[in-house]
Amino acid sequence: MKLVYFAWVRERIGKETETVTPPGEVETVADLLAWLKARGDGYAVALEHAEVIRVAVDHEHVDHDAKLPADGEVALFPPMTGG
Amino acid sequence: MKNRCQPLVRVQAEDFDIAAEIDRLTAGRKDVGAVVTFTGRCRDEDGKLAALELEHYPGMAEAEIGRIASEAAERWPLTGLTVIHRFGKLLPAENIVLVVAASTHRKAALEAADFLMDYLKSRAPFWKKEHPAGGDTGHWVEAKAADEEALGRWRK
Repeated sequence: MKLVYFAWVRERIGKETETVTPPGEVETVADLLAWLKARGDGYAVALEHAEVIRVAVDHEHVDHDAKLPADGEVALFPPMTGG
Repeated sequence: MKNRCQPLVRVQAEDFDIAAEIDRLTAGRKDVGAVVTFTGRCRDEDGKLAALELEHYPGMAEAEIGRIASEAAERWPLTGLTVIHRFGKLLPAENIVLVVAASTHRKAALEAADFLMDYLKSRAPFWKKEHPAGGDTGHWVEAKAADEEALGRWRK
């Protein structure tokens, strides 16, 4: 799946986008956040408080208990500050 | 609701012309009795802010604003609705966001514009970074709990 990062999530992880293939047991958004967090220092810092991270799948907001798509674009970002 | 208006959504770097956007929803129409505009502008925080940088999620920004605008068009009898949100580096006094809601009567236009702004704040994928005067490193604006709570009053 394609991952895209925004704002301080992007800055802390150190990249805008990447393609990953998580293991089969990574089924939900929460699983993905936990799996990513163990991938290195930048990820650990970005996802330290995983509960505040907002997630979108294919341009739509999803909750942390949502199932991950087999393929598609998953975006991780901080709470939004538009308007 | 029948005859729901088709909202116009634009996400762009360039500025917008408020008068032209009002004109777009009113020109040649005799049924529009109320036009409400909300313009969000970059403020200088008493001279402490040099610039605001707006990052956005291309594709999702348009899609999410479109979903919010469609919901507004469904909930209120609007004759027209336009939402324009800018991205990129903006200086104090520059425009950030515009909502134009037109309706036969004032209440629908006022409420729809208010609803739009509450949802844009917490649901549209934009992030503000403040660049302080004096050249110090920029910092991300933190989301306010009050903005999230503001959504509660629109839940049915």
